[in-house]
Amino acid sequence: MNAKELRKYFPILDQEVNGHPLVYLDSAATSQKPVQVIEALNAYYRQHNSNVHRGVHTLGNRATDLYEGARDKVRRFINASSTKEIVFLRGTTTALNLVAQSYGRANVKEGDEIVITYMEHHSNIIPWQQLAKFTGATLKYIPMQDDGTISMEDVKATVTSNTKIVSVMMVSNVLGTINPIEDITKIAHENGAVMVVDAAQAAPHIHIDVQKLDCDFLAFSGHKMCGPTGIGVLYGKEQHLNNMEPIEFGGEMIDFVGLYESTWKELPWKFEGGTPIIAGAVGLGAAIDFLNEIGLDAIEQHEHKLASYALEKLPEIPGLTIYGPKSGKDRAGVVTFNLDDVHPHDVATVLDAEGIAVRAGHHCAQPLMKWLDVSATARASFYLYNTEEDIDRLAAGLLKTKEYFSDVF
Amino acid sequence: MSFNNLDQLYRQVIMDHYKNPRNKGSIEDGSVTVDMNNPTCGDRIHLTMNVEDGIVTEAKFDGEGCSISMSSASMMTQAIKGKNIDYALQLSNVFSEMMLGNDYPDDLDLGDIEALQGVAKFPARIKCATLSWKAMEKGLQDEK
Repeated sequence: MNAKELRKYFPILDQEVNGHPLVYLDSAATSQKPVQVIEALNAYYRQHNSNVHRGVHTLGNRATDLYEGARDKVRRFINASSTKEIVFLRGTTTALNLVAQSYGRANVKEGDEIVITYMEHHSNIIPWQQLAKFTGATLKYIPMQDDGTISMEDVKATVTSNTKIVSVMMVSNVLGTINPIEDITKIAHENGAVMVVDAAQAAPHIHIDVQKLDCDFLAFSGHKMCGPTGIGVLYGKEQHLNNMEPIEFGGEMIDFVGLYESTWKELPWKFEGGTPIIAGAVGLGAAIDFLNEIGLDAIEQHEHKLASYALEKLPEIPGLTIYGPKSGKDRAGVVTFNLDDVHPHDVATVLDAEGIAVRAGHHCAQPLMKWLDVSATARASFYLYNTEEDIDRLAAGLLKTKEYFSDVF
Repeated sequence: MSFNNLDQLYRQVIMDHYKNPRNKGSIEDGSVTVDMNNPTCGDRIHLTMNVEDGIVTEAKFDGEGCSISMSSASMMTQAIKGKNIDYALQLSNVFSEMMLGNDYPDDLDLGDIEALQGVAKFPARIKCATLSWKAMEKGLQDEK
């Protein structure tokens, strides 16, 4: 794939910020959107907009076909066996909360264990903290190696026959670590636990096959993979979703409503209360078409290449500390760092003055920050439209930052 | 180096307060203690004050954060020491107006604080500058 060619599909990248051509290195927070997605949303609202699953009229049918068509694109994208296993929700956070509140409350009791890792995003920590508090279960953390990976020995030592849920991120939003989900799933299953996967940082970048992973649930967000904000996906094995109760009740999700009792629609609609995120799903479908055309394998290779280049280039800057796996092959396109004693906010402000967008802060991973023994870090994250020139600009920007603060530190 | 915009933010006096913070530390058995953080970025402040007969006789801060948040805390503690609660809260209002880029009354002696004016042009950094002031307001309002 040719990143420079692909940039032409992203109009937002073609602008100056603070007098410099924009270098967007914050795709782990949210990716930019190609014209294909913007046009799909535009066309949906201009030509097809209507509510789904109810109209007899033509637009209603069209909107329904588009919405359900997007569901089948998602199914193929992650190789699920049925669209019954694809629930459209607001995003990864909502999806993980649904699993915790519905599956969790029904299947976890006092004395049971829920297992996560130190590197999780808050959205894969707090739902389980709340579940542990609600049920009296124990929340356990799989420790981390010095290089920001987790070892299978530690997984085996932490997951026990009392464990009911194991929930792990597939790719770290801070360290870029790619976790061995398939192996962890085997251990979870050997102990009778279900495996939940936070794939928010994985779906945009690496090929996901839920049948091969054999995970029980997997969640991701559209906006990190070229799609719009406000649309996300929960994949769940049909047997689990069938046994689960909805947590949102109202229109769209009901089969029959009586005065005192109601029944639910079949899968997946029983989890989609209210008018669904129709345009969002259509936009996500267009994003999937776009990614498929480039090929997830090509995107993954491109990001390994950029990560390797960054890991080679950035350490030339004196005083720069990089966190996470040392090899670009072992990480997705995320590089988190600190520059001497310059606070990451100050780093990000100087880089912004140079037109370079990076994230600074705790990246919604406070336990991981504690583990790294830092209060905050700066993060550059790459996607299919980033180039080695972008990393050169980052390196030059960091040198300027260092120079700018040199009389202070 | 030409960073004209940045120079409005990172004024010499700010960097001086960052490098040599005034009133850094914690008062043991302080009469007022406030812990506050900025959940979006991880900055946190631990503010302790002694208030006697409506006067802030002592103020110290501890915490973690960027140059803007820490220098602002340093200046804030410097400005309220020896002043009464009403004055400190009034100063805080003036500071809020300054951060919003609004006109503010010029009858108070702002001293070093005036150097933080440039923060108003960096919307993403306003919360850094106001953290310690919010902590002070919270602590002193309870004392009124």
